[in-house]
Amino acid sequence: MNLRIIKSGILDTVQDQGRYGWQHLGINPAGAMDRFSAQLANILVGNDPGQPVIELHFPAASLFFERPALIAISGADFNAALNGEDIPVDQPVLVNKYSILQFQRLNKGARAYLSIEGGLEMNQWLNSYSTHLKAAAGGHLGRPLQTDDEIRLSSSVNWGPYLKGKEFYLLPWQASTDWEKQPGAEINVLPGKEWVRLTESSQKQLLQQTFTLTPQSDRMGYRLQGEPLQLESKEEMISTAVNFGTLQLLPNGQLTILMADHQTTGGYPRVGHVISAHHSKLAQLLPGEPVRFSLTDHQQAEELFIQQQKHLQQVRNACQLKLEQFIHALH
Amino acid sequence: MSCTIPYHIFPLGDSAMTVDFGNRISPDLNNIVMKLYKELNTSPLPGMKEIIPAYSSLTVHYDLLYCSHHRPAGKTVYDWMGELLHLRLKALDQEEMISVTEMIIPVCYDPFFGPDLPLLAKEKNMSMEEIVHLHTSISYRVYLLGFLPGFTYLGETDEKLAMPRKMQPSSVSAGSVGIAGRQTGIYSLSSPGGWHIIGRTPLKIFDANRDPLTLLKPGDSIKFVSISKDEFKDH
Repeated sequence: MNLRIIKSGILDTVQDQGRYGWQHLGINPAGAMDRFSAQLANILVGNDPGQPVIELHFPAASLFFERPALIAISGADFNAALNGEDIPVDQPVLVNKYSILQFQRLNKGARAYLSIEGGLEMNQWLNSYSTHLKAAAGGHLGRPLQTDDEIRLSSSVNWGPYLKGKEFYLLPWQASTDWEKQPGAEINVLPGKEWVRLTESSQKQLLQQTFTLTPQSDRMGYRLQGEPLQLESKEEMISTAVNFGTLQLLPNGQLTILMADHQTTGGYPRVGHVISAHHSKLAQLLPGEPVRFSLTDHQQAEELFIQQQKHLQQVRNACQLKLEQFIHALH
Repeated sequence: MSCTIPYHIFPLGDSAMTVDFGNRISPDLNNIVMKLYKELNTSPLPGMKEIIPAYSSLTVHYDLLYCSHHRPAGKTVYDWMGELLHLRLKALDQEEMISVTEMIIPVCYDPFFGPDLPLLAKEKNMSMEEIVHLHTSISYRVYLLGFLPGFTYLGETDEKLAMPRKMQPSSVSAGSVGIAGRQTGIYSLSSPGGWHIIGRTPLKIFDANRDPLTLLKPGDSIKFVSISKDEFKDH
């Protein structure tokens, strides 16, 4: 009674909200690139927000359900289809057994999150389900999902009767996807320690020019292309800790942004840090897409994050209520 | 009994902050880092997710949501956490001794395992034996683990061994011992790397399924001993 991978994707891994408490040993947190969407996908099916989900990149895996399941897809829109019929994102879907879930086209975004009610049955590594590719541990056998992999589903609900013989059924509620759309899609950053070491004109450039995400961008980090930035003076830096969202200035004047699989320490100038509330937007950028930055302060950064979390809590409350009503309606 | 070494605290985004004691590799600064590390481990700050000691800095990650619920009214989480950290630094007992674990790490310095050893010898106008002698004659401090799970940054080598990083990274096997500047280090996993590789240890520096995960931890003291190829195989 499993979920079976019938065709592997380019990079599909099991992730949760990250593994914390081990960076002092060089073990980086990993976790979902888009933590917000991973939480949302879980909330839509009534899971705890931190449960493991499958993070999919396009082209994504094709999956076969050996038992009925309640699923949701959030984050990127890869034009998901069940047995060839399109299904929406951000909406819970009941899937009958012997269904095939495929992702047909990249419509929008870079990473989709598949949640399954009841969660995925697997062992934690260091208190987290996130796949750590370098350590080859965590998630499903410490590696990306491959053809013929099987994942046990741990739902205790028998969803079969709710389908009434249909191949799938869309539950009649959806999370609004555009609640935080902001004009210009700018990424807010807090100044990093070495921000003041940028020349005045480079500081302006960083905030005024449009950077492009290059193809050398992955779960470890994004490489940006733009007019090179310059420091007032060169100074060798010894390694210190870095963070998800840290903007590092490389010796060639280009920027990188550290992402979920970033190294724990680094020695490049930290000119800024993307605020937590904008990690989700950042994680959904594709190579070739433009990136613009604007400076913010701690008060604003914290306020935006708290708003985002409040929104998730509201969606969670609403989903739990609706799900309970839905489950009881059959009885 | 307050921290007399100058420091400053700066944000590492909105969910972490770093205490910096100076951009230097020094046992004294690292001692302070390890004392603060121990102190915060024993009594964590509210919402603290983890602490990362480095050469001369320490970074605290905190749960922004948790902290936002517990901060005093009218303060940002950043200001509040910063104040708490300052208070801890004020109360830090600098005199307290920290126990140091001494470890012996066997290394085979055969060019088969240390492909850059001949180059280093040529560059430094020394024999390979002299290089090995210099590398094994002193104790090193484990300053930090980073880069890869378990990658061990050690300092500092004899000045005569100092060697810049390679221009192009090459592929490095797990257990390889390298030199970069006056740092020496051990690759815990196979990885591309830019350090000059002079030998390899048969010990498993990192094992995802072992407790402890890493053979070495920040603050430890180690000494390398030279072993033969046969001894390497027997390990």
